[in-house]
Amino acid sequence: MTLWLMAGLLFTPLAWAVLTLLLDFSKGRVVTWLGILVQVLVSLGLWAAVASDGEFLYLLGGWQAPMGIELRVDGLAVTFVLLTALVAAACGWHASIYLDPDKPWNRYFWPLFWFLWAGLNAVWLGGDLFNVYVGLELISLAAVGLVALGGQADALRAAIRYLMAALLGSLAYLLGVALIYGQFGTLSLAGVTDLVSNGGAQSNLTFPLILMLLGLALKTALFPMHGWLPPAHGIAKSPVSALLSALVVKASFYIAARLWLDLGGDLGGYALAQLIGVLGSLAVIWGSWLAFRQAKLKQVVAYSSVAQIGYLFLLFPLTWGVTDAISQQAQQGITLQVVSHALAKAAMFLAAGNLIMSVGSNRVDALAGVSRFLPFSLFSFGLAGVSLMGLPPTGGFAAKWLLLQASLASGQWWWLGVLLAGGLLSAAYVFRVYRASFIEATDTDQFYHPSRSLEVIPMILALLSLGLGLVAEPVLSVMSLPFEGAGS
Amino acid sequence: MMRFFSVTVLAAACLAFAGALMVTVWHISGTQAPVDLPGLLVENLEASGVEHPITAVLLNFRSYDTLLEIGVLVIAGIAGISMAKTTSLEDPLLRTSDSLLYALQRWFVPLMLVLAGYLLWAGSDRPGGAFQAGAVLAASGVLMRLGGTPMEFLRPGVLLRLGLALGFSVFLLVAVASALAGDAFLAYPKAFNKPLILVIETVLTFSIAMVLLALFVSAPVNDAVEPEERERG
Amino acid sequence: MTSALLYAFAGVALCGIGLFGFLRLQHLLRKLMAFNLIGSGVFLIMVGLAQRNGQPDPVPQALVLTGIVVAIAATALAVVLIRRYYHLSGQTTLAEPARENVRPKARAVNREGAPE
Repeated sequence: MTLWLMAGLLFTPLAWAVLTLLLDFSKGRVVTWLGILVQVLVSLGLWAAVASDGEFLYLLGGWQAPMGIELRVDGLAVTFVLLTALVAAACGWHASIYLDPDKPWNRYFWPLFWFLWAGLNAVWLGGDLFNVYVGLELISLAAVGLVALGGQADALRAAIRYLMAALLGSLAYLLGVALIYGQFGTLSLAGVTDLVSNGGAQSNLTFPLILMLLGLALKTALFPMHGWLPPAHGIAKSPVSALLSALVVKASFYIAARLWLDLGGDLGGYALAQLIGVLGSLAVIWGSWLAFRQAKLKQVVAYSSVAQIGYLFLLFPLTWGVTDAISQQAQQGITLQVVSHALAKAAMFLAAGNLIMSVGSNRVDALAGVSRFLPFSLFSFGLAGVSLMGLPPTGGFAAKWLLLQASLASGQWWWLGVLLAGGLLSAAYVFRVYRASFIEATDTDQFYHPSRSLEVIPMILALLSLGLGLVAEPVLSVMSLPFEGAGS
Repeated sequence: MMRFFSVTVLAAACLAFAGALMVTVWHISGTQAPVDLPGLLVENLEASGVEHPITAVLLNFRSYDTLLEIGVLVIAGIAGISMAKTTSLEDPLLRTSDSLLYALQRWFVPLMLVLAGYLLWAGSDRPGGAFQAGAVLAASGVLMRLGGTPMEFLRPGVLLRLGLALGFSVFLLVAVASALAGDAFLAYPKAFNKPLILVIETVLTFSIAMVLLALFVSAPVNDAVEPEERERG
Repeated sequence: MTSALLYAFAGVALCGIGLFGFLRLQHLLRKLMAFNLIGSGVFLIMVGLAQRNGQPDPVPQALVLTGIVVAIAATALAVVLIRRYYHLSGQTTLAEPARENVRPKARAVNREGAPE
């Protein structure tokens, strides 16, 4: 049964990429709906299978680890597979209505969308260092293609900048992989972890680990390497922005986190962990502040991503040199933050797309009067904002609560200020958008009304993000399955 | 002054990076890898169905990498043709009637096709393989294109898309068929290892050449200012 | 010190030079070439380091082959993007275009329209 699920999971996105490449936009849309259905069912099935039977290794081609490529199907991986299925389904559905079928280039949206999905699944499940590199490149190139779709000069500039950053990040990661392979002669992450924890050549591997983390941090847009993110996420079409912010940046973070949790305990150090944490905190403050200052609506949301990504990097100081219980708590907090940010940010970008479509401008001050006209989309935007602020009972609150407890328990009280300031600053930029939309302007009465389903989709995502705080317990119990065996 | 300062800092940073890398490489080179992967490969080479170890790694042991890698190539092709202008293919600037080029082509193109075929075939037991063959094939296409041969199939139409997708889809079909036959994804049935790998290599060669050629051709050549730039109005 | 190790050290040098070029150069095509230089350096290190004992190791060779294809795909995509970008804006760097009140001297037309 699980073998069928795995084959379905790996096969569907790739096959659908080929199918939609051969069809035009409208037919591709119908085929995509079918594929989304398959993919969501398979992801649910796999999640249920892991929740009941526990994790397993999937041998591609039937070859074992040093020879072939193993996929690690554990609780965290299937949680992210399921998250990807939900968010990508929402974005795909939104895009199928939002994108203009008459533009000749939009037909290429579907194959790129499916390749992106395939790459994401490959990264979540990846247990092989080099295979993960190929998965990352699959994601980057598909994402760049999606940003550049349509090919205006501004979009191209953003896409080229994004591509350059992504390529440099991948190369840094690959260089680390090359050094690790030179040291151990194996590419399997599990194998490397075993060898390192048995005391194999630890001093040689600090530099490769730093290289890989640096490359991945560049791809995740950690402050101060975030410059490429806002233009790319701000200028892409809204469903694309939602995919990029919700899922794509998480892929490189996920690998960095896995590397850190597996190898960081032996190879990392207090200073490195604190440095990454400080950069993350600066990202929270600086990103939120810049989000507050942006004139364009989607730039606000994009800078908010920079800030929210900053929280994720608190994982590094909160899991280094602490007891297992605290580390566990921090990991759960970060995982919840990834999930709730993915849902909330996708909702926010899709809602922002609706608002922009309605008022015909990307500027925040052009939103005047839209509150009476498009209250539903505005409400979704606000609900997602509530989760970003971290107010109860949202997923964002549950995540920050766990992080707060982990900070206090590990004696690193200085992260509390970041958590509080980040929440307040995000409240500021969300309310700014609200304030702009409640101003009554007399001269703007020609709003375009987007279709009803476009408005429903961000609402569903925002509600999911809101409800995540209430169902955090069962979700976390599946997520944390792998950590019980691993120990750090 | 400021500029000189920033260049110096940057150069120093790059030197430091290279130095750290050098030290790491030196340290690692003094140790012995604990896992003997080449030895393991030799032991399992027979089961893979090809005699050349690199081809065995690419198309059997780590075939998932290769599948995704072709995916990356197809993505680049898709993104490239999404930028293309149909009219650019008929750009009059590309129509040359140079008799020297023409004569060269008559010699080179058949030679390159034979070379591509040889590289493809050689892949099973000596250096060669799908990518090398595809690159040579694409190069011959580029040569023909530069020589002014019209290539209708390179329009961003259904033929081009079929060509882009062919290699990848055959590879994928084999992967899925092996998964449905009871083994894992990409585990070829033992009896068909060799013919399957040969079929995959052949279609991959074709598709790789198509992608590279499409990317060469898809650069926008016409100088029309985009009227459809703005979505609204 | 085997000859394979010499390749690895050459790779180190290429990485350093390439990184400098990548960060320093503004022209996009040069940046792209610097990227390829770093890539070649990484590949050299990967193969050279693994074969430091003089025995051939097919795995890194296969990995490098995969890496080359990925690098070619990325390079080709970047060239297409850069060429089209140049075509539309007349620029070869990523510098922000001139403000609205200052006319750009390039042949680019006015395009500060909203993307959506």
